[in-house]
Amino acid sequence: MRTLIVFLWKHQFFVLFIILEALSLTLFVNSYSYHRSLTSSTVNDVTGIIYMAYDNVAGYFGLREENKKLVNENTQLKNVHHINISETDTQFTVRDSQYYYRSAKVISSSVNRQNNYLLLNKGSKQGMKTEMGVVSSTGVAGIVVGVSPNFSYAMSLLHHNMRVSARIKKNNHLVNILWDGMDYRRGRVVDIPSHIQLNEGDSIVTSGNSLVFPEGVLIGTVSKYLHSTNKDLSEAIINFSTDFNSMKYVYTIENRVKKEADTLMLKYVE
Amino acid sequence: MSNLYVRNIVRFLSLVLFQVLILNHMNLSGYINPYIYILFILLLPARINKSMLLLFAFLTGLTIDYFGNTLGLHAAATVFMAFTRLSVIKVFFNNVEFLTGDEPGFAKIKAGGFLKYALVLVFIHHSALFILEVFDFHEFLNTLSRIALSTLVTTAMIMIIMLVFTPVKRKN
Repeated sequence: MRTLIVFLWKHQFFVLFIILEALSLTLFVNSYSYHRSLTSSTVNDVTGIIYMAYDNVAGYFGLREENKKLVNENTQLKNVHHINISETDTQFTVRDSQYYYRSAKVISSSVNRQNNYLLLNKGSKQGMKTEMGVVSSTGVAGIVVGVSPNFSYAMSLLHHNMRVSARIKKNNHLVNILWDGMDYRRGRVVDIPSHIQLNEGDSIVTSGNSLVFPEGVLIGTVSKYLHSTNKDLSEAIINFSTDFNSMKYVYTIENRVKKEADTLMLKYVE
Repeated sequence: MSNLYVRNIVRFLSLVLFQVLILNHMNLSGYINPYIYILFILLLPARINKSMLLLFAFLTGLTIDYFGNTLGLHAAATVFMAFTRLSVIKVFFNNVEFLTGDEPGFAKIKAGGFLKYALVLVFIHHSALFILEVFDFHEFLNTLSRIALSTLVTTAMIMIIMLVFTPVKRKN
C-alpha cells in the first residue's frame, strides 16, 4: 500500500493527466446521446445573461433583413388565415389547438460545429419545456433539450443525434432526415424505399409521428437523388429550407397531448 | 510576482471572452474553427508546477465547454495539449534558460521559436479536439482538412495577438 502511494506520488503528473482525461471523456460521452443531452445540457441563467448582453449589442446589425423576413411571414400568415376561414371544419378543432406556439429570439447559435445548439430567450417561467419543437419562419429548426428559468437550449437540426421523422410531400412515404456534419445548408434523406424515385425540388415535410412537430412543416427540398445504397433503401441530399446561419426569430411548438400519447405508448411497449 | 498573477488572470478572461463571444459566432466555412483561448496555456510560465498546468488546462477547457455546451470536449483536448507541452519545450528550447515565472514568449524564444512552439501545440490540440468531436472515423479526410485549416488559422491569429500585445523593447 505504502509503495503504491509512493509510486502514485512519484508519477503524480501522469496520474493527474489520466484522471483529468478520464473525467473529461466521461462528461463528454455522457452528454453525447440525445436522451442524455435532455438531462445534462448546461443551460443556465449565467451563460444566458452573458449571451443576452452580447445580443443586445450585436442584434442591431441586420435589422433591415430581419424586418423583411417578418413582413414576408406576415403576408404568408394572412394568406393561411384566409384559407382557414373559408374551410372551417368543426372536426379539426382539437387537432388545431393541439399545438401551442410561442415566439422566441435566438440569442446564440452556431452552425460550424459537429453538434450545434440554439439558445433561446424564453424559459420555464414562460412555459417552456424540454422536447418542444423549434421552427423558423421557413422550416424546422430544432428541439428544446434544456430549460432554465429564463432561457432554453435547443438541439439544432445540425446535430449528430438529430433524426427527424419526415414524409415525402408528393406521395406521403415516410423517410428520415439526418445531418452528416458537412455543410450547414444540406442534410440527408435516408430510409427512402428504393422503388420511390425522388426528383430535384421535391418537398420533404415533417410526418407528425414524433409528436414534437405538427404534420406538414417544411424541412427542405431535395437537391440530389442518390441511387440505392443497399437493396431496399436509398438516400437523397436535401437543401434545408431554414437558413441556420441567419435565423434570428423562431417559434417553439408545444404539443399539449404529447405526454398523454407518450404514456399510452409506453404502457403497451412494456 | 503579483504582476504575474494579474497578467495571467487578465489574459485568461480576455481570451475566453473573445473566444466565446466573438470567435464562436464567426462562421468561416465549416472547416475553419479557430480556438485561440489555448494561448493562455501556451504562455503560462515555462517552469510552472506540472500538475498546476494540467489543472489550469482542465479549468480553461471546461469554461469553454460550459459556454458551448460541449461538456468535456475542450477540457479533454486542452489537458492533452498541456500534457505534451513540457516535452515540446524540452525538444525545442533545451538550451534556453527559463527562470521561475519566465513565459515562453517572444522575449525568451523569439518570434520564430514561438511560431514553431505554437504551431506544434495548436496542431496537437486541434487534432484531439476535432477527432473527438466527430467521434467516428468515416470521412476521416474531411476531419483531417478541418484540423489542418483550423490549425493554420488559429496559429496565425495567435501570432497576430502576440505581435500586437508584446511590448516593444525600449532602447536606452
